[in-house]
Amino acid sequence: MEPLVAHLWLIPALPLLAAAIGALTPRRGRRLAAGAAIAAMLGSLILSCLALHLALAAPSAHLYCNFFWFDLGNGPVRLGWLLDPLNGFMCVMVSLIGLLIFIFSIGYMEGDENFARFFCFMSLFAAAMLGVVVANSLLLLFICWELVGLASYLLIGFWFQRPAAAAAAKKAFITTRIGDIGFLLGLVWLYDATGSLLLYDGGRGVLEAGVLGNLATLTLTGGLAASTAIGLLIFCGAAGKSGQFPLHVWLPDAMEGPTPVSALIHAATMVAAGVFLIARVYPLVSADQALAAAPIHALSVVAAIGSVTALLGAAIAVAQFDLKRVLAFSTVSQLGYMMLALGVGSWAAAIFHLLTHAFFKALLFLAAGSVIHAAHHEQDMRRLGGLRGPMRVTFATFAVGMMALSGVPFLFSGFWSKEAILHAASRWAPSQLPLYVGLAGVVLTAFYMTRLLCELFMGAPRSPEAAHAHESPAVITVPLIVLSVGAVALGFLGTPAWPWLQSRLTGEAIPARSLLEGGGLMALSIVLVATGLGAGWALYGRRPRASAASADPLEAAAPGLFAFLGARMKFDELYAATLGRLNAFAAALADFLDRWVWGGAVALLAGLGEFTGSVNREVDEAGLNTGFNALSERIRGAGRAYSRAQTGEPQGYLRTLAIAFVVLALLILMGAGR
Amino acid sequence: MNSVLALIALATIGTAVTALAGRNLLHSVLLFAVSWAGIAAFFLWSGAEFAAFAQALVYIGAISMAVLFAILLTRHSRDDFAPEPALAGRAFAAVLTGTAVAGVLIWAVASSPLAAAPSPVPAVTVRSLGWQLMGPPAAALLATGVLLTVALIGAVVIAAGERPSKPGDPP
Amino acid sequence: MSPLQLCLAFSSVLFAVGLAGALARSNAILVLLGIELMLNAANLNFIAFWRYGPATSPSTGVIFVLFSIAVAAAEAAVGLALIIAIYRHQRSIRLPEAARLKG
Repeated sequence: MEPLVAHLWLIPALPLLAAAIGALTPRRGRRLAAGAAIAAMLGSLILSCLALHLALAAPSAHLYCNFFWFDLGNGPVRLGWLLDPLNGFMCVMVSLIGLLIFIFSIGYMEGDENFARFFCFMSLFAAAMLGVVVANSLLLLFICWELVGLASYLLIGFWFQRPAAAAAAKKAFITTRIGDIGFLLGLVWLYDATGSLLLYDGGRGVLEAGVLGNLATLTLTGGLAASTAIGLLIFCGAAGKSGQFPLHVWLPDAMEGPTPVSALIHAATMVAAGVFLIARVYPLVSADQALAAAPIHALSVVAAIGSVTALLGAAIAVAQFDLKRVLAFSTVSQLGYMMLALGVGSWAAAIFHLLTHAFFKALLFLAAGSVIHAAHHEQDMRRLGGLRGPMRVTFATFAVGMMALSGVPFLFSGFWSKEAILHAASRWAPSQLPLYVGLAGVVLTAFYMTRLLCELFMGAPRSPEAAHAHESPAVITVPLIVLSVGAVALGFLGTPAWPWLQSRLTGEAIPARSLLEGGGLMALSIVLVATGLGAGWALYGRRPRASAASADPLEAAAPGLFAFLGARMKFDELYAATLGRLNAFAAALADFLDRWVWGGAVALLAGLGEFTGSVNREVDEAGLNTGFNALSERIRGAGRAYSRAQTGEPQGYLRTLAIAFVVLALLILMGAGR
Repeated sequence: MNSVLALIALATIGTAVTALAGRNLLHSVLLFAVSWAGIAAFFLWSGAEFAAFAQALVYIGAISMAVLFAILLTRHSRDDFAPEPALAGRAFAAVLTGTAVAGVLIWAVASSPLAAAPSPVPAVTVRSLGWQLMGPPAAALLATGVLLTVALIGAVVIAAGERPSKPGDPP
Repeated sequence: MSPLQLCLAFSSVLFAVGLAGALARSNAILVLLGIELMLNAANLNFIAFWRYGPATSPSTGVIFVLFSIAVAAAEAAVGLALIIAIYRHQRSIRLPEAARLKG
């Protein structure tokens, strides 16, 4: 086995070590904590590049290293790590973007007094995320998955003194937990059905042909295949982590955390973990594709949910005023696109979009962070504006990211990755709905990003903070520039003419597509992008907003719809009214049971015990008093009475003797006489 | 015969009663000596001369002396001989008890079929008495000798005992 | 009443007198003398039976009386010594005062 594969665990271990160092440094030890974090990420990046190089040498191989952890009684539990092109690309992406964001954070979090704690948590997150990526065992993956969730909670609630942040952290954790329940159930079922949780294990792994074949044929009631059910359960976890409908409600609230956190976790990496997971277990979730008689195919569900999420996110983003919220819903929408891609059968397109999205979304968030930092934490776009002048680098990099996200053709990576998704959707046999949804999303995406760009950077400053903004320091702008290079360059790895990335990922040679094949779709998407950009420019760019209080043009046009979208389609209210009430009722019921039923039973038992005790005491006292004590008193009385005979006077004794003699003699005399 | 007996009995009992009922201790002791003399007279009347002499020697001779010495040694004040006022009840009970005992004994005696015919005086000489004493009762004799010795020593020890105790000394 | 019965009656009365005296008086010496009287009455009994009772060995009665007198003498001596000892304790020889064994 290659030494690199055997030591693949170092990739997550280095940031974990940095997290440990960060946990132990005092608040003053800023340089140590940050230095350790950055050094660890650099180390992980170097190792990841080496690993990717190794993986690309044999793209279809899955190099793994398993080891024995403990014995469960009916079988050993083994963990391991895995190296293949998917992992390699993910590791490089996570460590590179992580490194850039860490460097960014040095500048962004400079004024915060909990600097060291921030880097500790960020390193912990990086370690957990890399653990998810390199895991060969679903158990190890789940452990790291939960650690990722923990790190997310800690980082969203980083400014925990703010009630909104604490509430958002709790909401994120609980919502993803709901998804994780499904994930855990799927894992348990999988273990029960196959006896192993390892992905690749020399033929016995869960994703390997023999085992998968069994799972696919193992049908349950209703003709549902076991692999479908397990796949859907695992998808629950992915849906929670990746903010798919209906578990998307936590992602916008998670913007309460610091902007680097939003960039790293809620744009590039953690939310991508769900997509990565489905791509990882793709053989499992697609095992039922061959079964024609199956009532549902797992991938159809994935595609459906992905489509809904893509459209939902984009629609809500149109009506948001907080710049981070716009980006959050944009992330929701883009994740929907990735799930859509997975569902329609092209996991390579999904991963391609994941990689490009990581770059340009991180870029957008960091640029937003730069804006927020410069405008003293003003986040409402109505109160910003005119930042194009003072913040040139930020504006340029933001524009690059915006164009990549919108899918401005040819030059930007987002165009190529989205095109790959749309192409796959168009070739999906069961339905063309995902394609239409995707196309609608393209328009909306271009529109709201143009709106955001114009509101932030065009026109005149609409508040004192915007007026006094100036360009951020180099430690903030250099990562922006690096990321924008990535946002452009990465796209060229997956063009239809040269699908290098997709072929390396899948390990199969994908033939180059000529422009004629699928060219119609490409042209359509270009037109839609132009439409969106144009509409956005027309409404927001030509006549920029005059003041903070003036109405949004869309709001003026359709106030009801705008308000509904602005309130995030009232999902939170819906959940509070239904699930929230249900939970409150269950809690009240449990409280009632606990207090009156179980508590009553316990109190009854206690009362019984007390009663028995008091009866015992009464019996005891009565027994003692009337029985034993009285007896003792009688004995003592008798003793006292007898002691009265002991007068101490010898003459008395003699008298008694004499009388006794008389009586005795009388008895004898009178007795003898008869 | 019976009249002599009656006389002796009367004298003995009379002096005994007077002695025990008297207030003066010395008078009581002297009267007791007379009572013992009466008993010795009875022994003589019965024909047991040696017993009479022994009685006279021991009782009237030795015991009276001992009692007199004891009285002398235990004199505190003239109040010792004063009558005790509140003991009429005790005296009454004592007399009652004595009467009861006498009554029972006399009744027992009277109702027993004891021989009516007078029998001759058994002839006992001192010499034969001596020979007898050296026979089966010899051990008892020796034991009595030891007993008397022990009693002597014991009495001396008990009576002689401590120095005259001062008021603060423990007893 | 045969002579024996008369003698026995005499000794019974003497015994009763000694008993009554021992019970009635509180002077220890008089109590002792009462006890001596009882012993004497018993001796009278012995001699009465020796003289008038059914014939047994000729001198048993007398020997008994001799021993009785000897023992009575010893007992009187010891008793008097005790009375002297009691006197030392309580400065009087009144028997009711010597009731330390009162229970």
